Amino acid sequence: MAAQARAELSIEITQGQQRALPIAIVPFSPETPAAPVALHQVIADDLQRSGWFEVLDPARLVSRPGPEDAIDFREWRLLNQEALVVGRRAPAADGSHTVAYALFDVTRDERLLGQRYGGVASGELRRLGHHIADQIFERLTGIRGVFNTRIAYVIKSGEQYELQVADADGHNAVTVLRAQEPVLSPTWSADGEYLAYATFDGHQAVIYRQHVASGARKRLVRQPGINGAPAFSPEGGRLALTLSRDGNPEIYVLDIGSGALRRLTHHYAIDTEPAWSPDGRWIYFTSDRGGGPQIYRVATQGGSLSRMTWEGGYNARASVSPDGKQLAFVHGGKGYRIAVLDLESEQMRIVTDGPQNESPSFAPNGRMIIYTTRSGGRDVLATVSLDGDVRQRLVVSDRQVREPSWSPFSNLR
Amino acid sequence: MRVIAGVALLVGVLGLGACGGSGDVRSGGAGVEDRSAGAGAGAGVGSTGGSGTGGVAGQGSFSGHALDDPSSPLSKRRLHFAYDSYEIDSRYQGIAESHGRYLASHPSAAVTLEGHADERGSREYNIALGERRAYAVQQVMLAAGASPRQLTIVSYGEEKPLANCASDDCWWENRRVEIVYTAR
Repeated sequence: MAAQARAELSIEITQGQQRALPIAIVPFSPETPAAPVALHQVIADDLQRSGWFEVLDPARLVSRPGPEDAIDFREWRLLNQEALVVGRRAPAADGSHTVAYALFDVTRDERLLGQRYGGVASGELRRLGHHIADQIFERLTGIRGVFNTRIAYVIKSGEQYELQVADADGHNAVTVLRAQEPVLSPTWSADGEYLAYATFDGHQAVIYRQHVASGARKRLVRQPGINGAPAFSPEGGRLALTLSRDGNPEIYVLDIGSGALRRLTHHYAIDTEPAWSPDGRWIYFTSDRGGGPQIYRVATQGGSLSRMTWEGGYNARASVSPDGKQLAFVHGGKGYRIAVLDLESEQMRIVTDGPQNESPSFAPNGRMIIYTTRSGGRDVLATVSLDGDVRQRLVVSDRQVREPSWSPFSNLR
Repeated sequence: MRVIAGVALLVGVLGLGACGGSGDVRSGGAGVEDRSAGAGAGAGVGSTGGSGTGGVAGQGSFSGHALDDPSSPLSKRRLHFAYDSYEIDSRYQGIAESHGRYLASHPSAAVTLEGHADERGSREYNIALGERRAYAVQQVMLAAGASPRQLTIVSYGEEKPLANCASDDCWWENRRVEIVYTAR
């Protein structure tokens, strides 16, 4: 069941879970007059796209119970369903909505979850649908859902660049920056309020921080040479970045408040693409001090520096999982593919097919990675689950889409 | 006039100025560049008006600025590099030196060296690779007598390709340094 085309992004599933959980999602009553947002559809699309679920074709629904109705579980078992979602959305006098839903375990005749929400504005209905999908996903898989998160990415069209932010399902894409010069490496702050990115002011590389909601932006660095690869620290007050002002690309840490710069690497090789461990103690980075690019890490306090990747001659652009236990990065060899290194076992596995994959970014639940791939001569976005079984591609019709960054969890829970 | 136009057309066909396919630049360019490097060096130095000595190679005289003389290495502003490398190929060493000598004899001239990389692999690492390439060209120009204040470096990595590629011939086009005169 492919999602419909949207204004900017359309999502196609390319591969699914071996054994997806069959779930029926009944349209929320009343079905007429039609709601501004079909909540059951938002939930169904989210769950179907995750690859963990097989949502029942609505044409096969035999009955349409609401949250207060008695459920005939046998009827749903005859349809081979294992879970059932029902709901209701009622308009209030002030134009807001009241929404209620319930989740049932069909095999055990049991109500698992239910919730009622009042005073929901029309403009908030989609987000509520994603929130409900998150609740259902977490209850049935044990994993926190990422349906209510956002992605940032760069679109290139001719010589025009746009930095966009969209819902993780591709809806509500908003352009937050338009530029005539390249925009690179957008990255979210830990609180989801800011994006930092690299761009050029008059043929000089610079780094900006932009407040996503208001669009207000501040140039954080403009040193001679390269200013690139920004990465916010987990606690928010610092930015790791690459500067070549001292003669060659090195990793620095900027104190955002004071503007003070501290240099972390001291080697004539290229050192770039810093990424923080979630506890802030380590910065992983790309260095070619061993001949070709490999992933290294250095203690944020300075000192202890060691190499992390040993397989293959090209490993670059690390992204650290939210639990700090895995690295995703670009692995060269047979084309460029995304690989994941387990830091405890030191086992590396390749999770994409190439031939040109880049810019991996972990979802905040650590279960999926979004990245750029080339398809039909265009850069497009794609996601893969950590075990490589679940894939989806996000396609923009005629423009290059690259450099995705997955937002943190939203603050609403 | 007609003779000069004819020569200019012939020179264009042989791939100088490199707007054509990569095959032309790679195979045809080397030979032509070698021949004119000798003549160009003579034409470039000390001739702000840029005329006359182009006759050494029997190519007629050029009456424009030395930087625009198609038979001079100074008209070549694009140097290409091998994969994952920032070593200047001997083919391009002479071009970089010519520009260095021009800058040395024209203290008010200034150049921005733009470093570029092909699109494969990691974007920010490619920014660093592009800068390395521009630095390598800068070193040659400084050794040839240019002053550091005449040289600015910027790297665009893979962001500004000449061509959208799927093959090694094409990727070679994008692995380059562009010499951009901001003052002559």
